Amino acid sequence: MLRIDQATYDALVEHAKRDHPVEACGMVVGPIGSDRPARHIEMVNAAGSPTFYEYDSTDLFQLYKEMDDRDEEPVVIYHSHSATEAYPSVTDINLAGEPGAHYVLVSTREHGNNPGPVEFRSYRIIDGVVTEEEVTIVDTVIPEESS
Amino acid sequence: MAIEVRIPTILRTYTGGEKAVDADGATLSALIDALDANHPGIKDRLVEDKGNGIELRRFVNVYINDEDVRFIGSLDAGLSDGDQVVILPAVAGGAA
Repeated sequence: MLRIDQATYDALVEHAKRDHPVEACGMVVGPIGSDRPARHIEMVNAAGSPTFYEYDSTDLFQLYKEMDDRDEEPVVIYHSHSATEAYPSVTDINLAGEPGAHYVLVSTREHGNNPGPVEFRSYRIIDGVVTEEEVTIVDTVIPEESS
Repeated sequence: MAIEVRIPTILRTYTGGEKAVDADGATLSALIDALDANHPGIKDRLVEDKGNGIELRRFVNVYINDEDVRFIGSLDAGLSDGDQVVILPAVAGGAA
């Protein structure tokens, strides 16, 4: 199960809507081993595409260096699909490189840049196997709750 | 000669869970061969056949002292004692 706080959830949805029709991407990182999405980081989609996303290689390096310095790891790795459902594509599955992370997909196909509900779904992707998981939105994720 | 190589989570199955290992080599290509000698199979995750040779896989990033090797010769990039090599899988995907 992914437990995420309302403010972070809203920020991911807002990012996806703002960048629509380009795919938005980013992470929510947290203390190593905590499974607690604590710090939201929007990343630039270097591909600038409505059907593909990729972090710039220098941005990627800086992000991992910063996480290393702060004893953090990726807890949520998210991106949007702007014309299809919020389900991992074959590309998403083949390129999923963090077996410990929650892969969140947000689909903006219904309302685009406009207000309105989105699909927000979370998955584990391990060795090419996709497992959807429940998303629980809470006011605040406190460490005791998520351990 | 010792060069520290930082291993991403997804490749730690090849290093017995180690986050960093030492290896040597005068070029990235030689370093990867040395890595593979101690951690068989890891090379195939980093490079692929291209024509008569090999090249870095498209969705693998390697950095030497903070610099993306694609800007400094890729597999031919030179290495010296004390350099630090970081391997990171690309974070990429999408509906296509």
